[in-house]
Amino acid sequence: MAHMRAVIWIVEGTWQGCIDVALGILPGDAEVVLLHAGSADAQQAAEAASAGLLGRHRPGRGGPGLVQVSDEEAEGLLTAAEQRLGRGELRRVRVGGRVERAVVEALADGVDVLVCARDGDRSRLGPHSLGPATRFVVDHAPCTVVLVWPDETPDVGSIPPPPHHERPHHHGPPHSPPRHT
Amino acid sequence: MSGLPAEFVSLVLLAATLGFAVLRPRGLPEAVVAVPAAAVVLALGMLSFHEARAEVRSLAPTVAFLAAVLVLAELADRHGLFHALGGWIAAGSRGSPVRLLALVFAIAGLVTAVLSLDATVVLFTPVVFRTVARLRLRSKPHVYACTHMANSGSLLLPVSNLTNLLAFKASGLSFARFGAIMALPWIVAIAAEWVVMRRFFTSDLVGRGTVPRERIEAPRFALAVIALTLVGFFVTSVAGISPAYAALGGALVLGVPALARSRISVREVGAALDVPFLAFVFGLGVIVASVSAHGLESALARIVPGGDSLLALLAIAFLAAIVANVVNNLPAVLLLLPIVVGTGPGPVLALLIGVNVGPNLAYVGSLATLLWRRILQHHGVDPSTLEFLRLGAITVPITLTAATLALWISLRVVA
Repeated sequence: MAHMRAVIWIVEGTWQGCIDVALGILPGDAEVVLLHAGSADAQQAAEAASAGLLGRHRPGRGGPGLVQVSDEEAEGLLTAAEQRLGRGELRRVRVGGRVERAVVEALADGVDVLVCARDGDRSRLGPHSLGPATRFVVDHAPCTVVLVWPDETPDVGSIPPPPHHERPHHHGPPHSPPRHT
Repeated sequence: MSGLPAEFVSLVLLAATLGFAVLRPRGLPEAVVAVPAAAVVLALGMLSFHEARAEVRSLAPTVAFLAAVLVLAELADRHGLFHALGGWIAAGSRGSPVRLLALVFAIAGLVTAVLSLDATVVLFTPVVFRTVARLRLRSKPHVYACTHMANSGSLLLPVSNLTNLLAFKASGLSFARFGAIMALPWIVAIAAEWVVMRRFFTSDLVGRGTVPRERIEAPRFALAVIALTLVGFFVTSVAGISPAYAALGGALVLGVPALARSRISVREVGAALDVPFLAFVFGLGVIVASVSAHGLESALARIVPGGDSLLALLAIAFLAAIVANVVNNLPAVLLLLPIVVGTGPGPVLALLIGVNVGPNLAYVGSLATLLWRRILQHHGVDPSTLEFLRLGAITVPITLTAATLALWISLRVVA
């Protein structure tokens, strides 16, 4: 039987949780890809902001450029993830462009499992526990998705109560009569 | 030349000057078009030599002040100030992205207020980017916070923004009084930005960063000189001397040892002075004076409400924000200032709230700049631009309203 092929989506801030869960659930002989999707948003904003100064900026300042910094840190991040996982059969993949699409494309050929983290509202269970990019990936992934709570998993009691407007009012008896205690 | 033709020619010259300043083809300084355009204004007799000289004279102290502050910030960087700030916010965050964002807000607000928005954009933002990357967190919220704080955080002092410097004299306020009245709007603007960004970036403020262990050398000398310069701003202002001398003093005290120890060369000090930019300000001043003189001033005066009722202040702030997004904030303040001048500090300060906060709508300073760049560099509008515009569309109206309301209260409490 072919080995299981798994992708762990390594994202700044939440990668540790994904690695720990992967260690628990992936079989020892799984082929694992550590995937990092870089986005140039922040770097572009940092560099373009000086255009707002109407030319009062001095290009070519000392120190490494921001592109180089993100590059080095992405490599460093993958190395740290590799060490935390501590397994032999590993591949690193770095993709760029629109993060959510790049990640889905990386799952295209024969990937069995994606491990990624929730990054939305983490104060309670649902309904917005996924950020926009992660939601896109979960919606479109052509494989099984393992969703990890990065910090502590919220209590079941944190689920918001059902909305009021769903109850029928003034039209005969409600489906479940309100309890008076 | 006078009347409508003169107004038309002035507007064309203004558009050419601004377009060139935004694009800077081949990295040429923006003065390359601004100064000849100002010469055209004179040659065609649209502004008399005396009027032009008066305009340049009234701008001179402001330009000197700006030059001193630009050099001061650059020298503070050479003394290791911004490197240390990066280390401190990393250590202070203890790995939490939200705590880090709070520290970025606080430091960027202070850096902008004391060393001007240029220091935040040019010197602090790259440091924040590197710091967040090294913590292995997502850098978007923190970098966007810097760009927003560079604008919204520039309300506090005359020195915080070139727009403030330009309007400072017209406000009729002392340095200390300016700061006293604007303290509340400044804090309210920062708080409003915080509330919006904290929610907007929930999904990027996630997880825990790895704090690098390193000893941070405190740049005591630079910090002491900047603190003394700040005190100097108030003291000179009370004594009736231009606060530019305090900035100059600070730059000298930081500059001499830095030059002696070769931390900076004379050439680099010259580059930090940015003489071509200063020439650009003079040229722009002359062109805008011509635009105002031939009809725009009276046209704008008709739509700007008088008095300092809350409604009037809000109208001025929103109008100023719109104009700033059409022609950039520097020309906006030059255009609108003559209309509100002489009506007391309220309208002038509301104008500043508008031209300072308004540019947050687009990350390059104004919607006009954004369009120029997109059109002429053949870029499509990418998702990150759309996201930034969405953020601005939320924060700008809220921040403008909250800060202007705070100004209205402040004017009544302080005055």
